[in-house]
Amino acid sequence: MEGEVTIRELLNILGIELREVGLAVAVNGEVIPKSEYENYKLKEGDKVEIVHLVGGG
Amino acid sequence: MLDWENLLQDDIFEIAGRKFKSRLIIGSGKFKSFQQNKEVLEASGAEIITVAVRRVNITDPSRENLLDYIDPKKYLILPNTAGCYTAEEAVNTAMLAREATGINWIKLEVIGDKKTLLPDMEETLKAAKILVKEGFVVLPYVFDDPVYAKKFEDIGCAAVMPLASPIGSGLGLQNPYNLIFIKEAVSVPVIVDAGIGSATDIPPVMELGVDGILTNTALAEAKDPIKMAVAMKYATIAGRLAYLAGRMPKRTYAVPSSPMKGVPFKE
Repeated sequence: MEGEVTIRELLNILGIELREVGLAVAVNGEVIPKSEYENYKLKEGDKVEIVHLVGGG
Repeated sequence: MLDWENLLQDDIFEIAGRKFKSRLIIGSGKFKSFQQNKEVLEASGAEIITVAVRRVNITDPSRENLLDYIDPKKYLILPNTAGCYTAEEAVNTAMLAREATGINWIKLEVIGDKKTLLPDMEETLKAAKILVKEGFVVLPYVFDDPVYAKKFEDIGCAAVMPLASPIGSGLGLQNPYNLIFIKEAVSVPVIVDAGIGSATDIPPVMELGVDGILTNTALAEAKDPIKMAVAMKYATIAGRLAYLAGRMPKRTYAVPSSPMKGVPFKE
């Protein structure tokens, strides 16, 4: 990706809907609250986990 | 007149201060569709449904989502840590689950063996301690071990969830005595998780006096999951009522139910 992007922008680029309930993002193992998605800037080499809730027992 | 329809009205199932009418909890794995899962949930009368936390497939971020079908305001969405094999993995998954669900409840699973999916109790206890300190309502999936069950209660778990038999095995109740011992050992709710194969497996478990039942595969793999859900709803009620009613003692030999005296044509 060119330059810095925020978590919010990354989700947009990937076409992932931002759900208040059902989505979570961790950067380098740290869970980032949704309120920070707009401003949290991802850096080169950051490890981003994007998870959602799926069927399970 | 006895209000027999409402015998269980005051029999409230409470976990960490939250009250439930139904003692049946269902999973959301392996159903044919989200729509079927939703119908099964409604038919079962369950108020709690478990979910798993997984990576979004970024090559196909599917528009359909379980939460389009199940309203988190109406049901308690209980996330699990299924697939975790260490305390560290489970704690990290729980943190993601808390952010994803917006609640601090976690069904803690730390598996120790791929073949049997039996829990690693040492790692589960380690994870539970950390999560309780972090303010989670921890419901650990545990082996049917009364000694360990007490340890989980002592460190602050909100319930214990012993197995009836291995996850997805459908073998039903295998060791009733251990579940009785667990029920005697702890005062937090005992929810039997794993092993239920059919609605008919539920009453013998509920009759032991345990507080609730969790089942997934028996619903998803039933020929008709909706019918099975209805059967399970009533099976849970039947087992609970049988427990409250109290069973007769078991005897080796027969005892007649009709009077011995006055049998016709008898000298």
